[in-house]
Amino acid sequence: MTSILPLKLSNIWFRSREGIPLIKELSLELDAGTRTIIIGPNGAGKSLLLRLCHGLLRPTEGHIKWQNNTIAQHAQAMVFQRPVMLRRSARANIDYALSLHNVAKAERADIIEEVLQRTGMTRQADAPARVLSFGEQQRLAIARAWALKPQILFLDEPTASLDPSASHQIEELIQAIFDQGTKIVMTTHDLGQARRLADEVLFLHRGRLLEQAPAETFFETPHNDLAQAFVKGELLWWKRGEGPRRDPKHAR
Amino acid sequence: MGDMTAALSTAVELIVSLDPHLAEIVGLSLYVSLTAVIISTLIGVPLGAAVSMLRFPGRKSAIIALNALMGLPPVVVGLVVYLALSRSGPLGVFGLLYTPTAMIIAQIILVTPIIAALSRQVITDLWSEYDDQLTSLGSSHSRAIPTLIFDGRFSLLTAVLAGFGRATAEVGAVMMVGGNIDHVTRVMTTAIALEVSKGDLALALALGIILLSISLAIGAAAQIFKDRSELRNSS
Repeated sequence: MTSILPLKLSNIWFRSREGIPLIKELSLELDAGTRTIIIGPNGAGKSLLLRLCHGLLRPTEGHIKWQNNTIAQHAQAMVFQRPVMLRRSARANIDYALSLHNVAKAERADIIEEVLQRTGMTRQADAPARVLSFGEQQRLAIARAWALKPQILFLDEPTASLDPSASHQIEELIQAIFDQGTKIVMTTHDLGQARRLADEVLFLHRGRLLEQAPAETFFETPHNDLAQAFVKGELLWWKRGEGPRRDPKHAR
Repeated sequence: MGDMTAALSTAVELIVSLDPHLAEIVGLSLYVSLTAVIISTLIGVPLGAAVSMLRFPGRKSAIIALNALMGLPPVVVGLVVYLALSRSGPLGVFGLLYTPTAMIIAQIILVTPIIAALSRQVITDLWSEYDDQLTSLGSSHSRAIPTLIFDGRFSLLTAVLAGFGRATAEVGAVMMVGGNIDHVTRVMTTAIALEVSKGDLALALALGIILLSISLAIGAAAQIFKDRSELRNSS
């Protein structure tokens, strides 16, 4: 299969219906073979950026291009913060996703068994997906995405509402998917999780990409002063146009 | 008061003894209404889903029309169907006037907009929940329609029940196109109207009790089915 990566974003702007810029002048490149973690305070535009990359939203300005202008819909998958399960069994939820990707019926059963086993969901396979616990639903969402064998997997704060044990299980699954060659792009608020998982970090603040760096560099010697404050765990105050940490480019 | 009590006791007697005349009227009523509701569901649910999900010129007007048609006056529908099916009408050649088929046609016209408009709202609400996930999985809007109908089946049942309520309670249209002919097109509502005008309150009351009981029984059965199924799926 032809690689869809790298993904290039050039001078992306995304405005709300009221014209308020939510993503500003953002350019970046996402290469294969790394786990990219997007961090930043609330309202930084992390989830928006994932949705733009995944194609759920169209940028107001700028271009998003996959390698060789490939149509990449079937080579990518996304796991949301709150998984949406269809009103059918866990197994049928995965089967449905495979049917949308035109996977032959004869092949689906094996794929489903494999991902259910890998995610530890075999026992819940025939249970209605909506009666599963939140952690199980998130594992099922990952299994559903995994079954599609994506080249790139977007995860929007997949452990945001989970306890440490369930978060650990999800992190292990993300690592396993990455080990099979899938590019990981994930947002998180959890700096510890970012340290554990990241090969590369994108730091967003108020819709701008302020830093893109290898994880080690970012956590040891972040270049941007807001990123330094964020890594230290300081609160980032939104005093637009005031103080030494103001974003000089901020303009509507 | 004495007349009322006598009528009530005669009504109960008619019901308990399974009076053949009464049974015939009830049977025809159920046949006409259920047939109309089944056909209206087959048309209305996909129509409502399509108006909700597909983008086409005039969509907003279609939504307004569907909502407005929920309140179609039965006598106007009856008149239009009468004109269409009468001998000089465009469909007069089929000889359907004063048959149960004509009554079914009139009820379909009355019930379909109700089911379609309520279905559109159910599907729109469900899509707001499913939009990102289904789009992410690669579903187009048109491909999402059967999924949304399946997943919204319990809420759609309410739309169908609303349609059934309209069909069983309707009198004006079926009176005009059915003619209330004994043993041919006499249904519960038209029979009640006739018996009251004749002063035979017992039969009218018996029919009223049965009509009410059927509505309550079907509503309760649907609610129990819905609750149990929702509990199983925890939706």
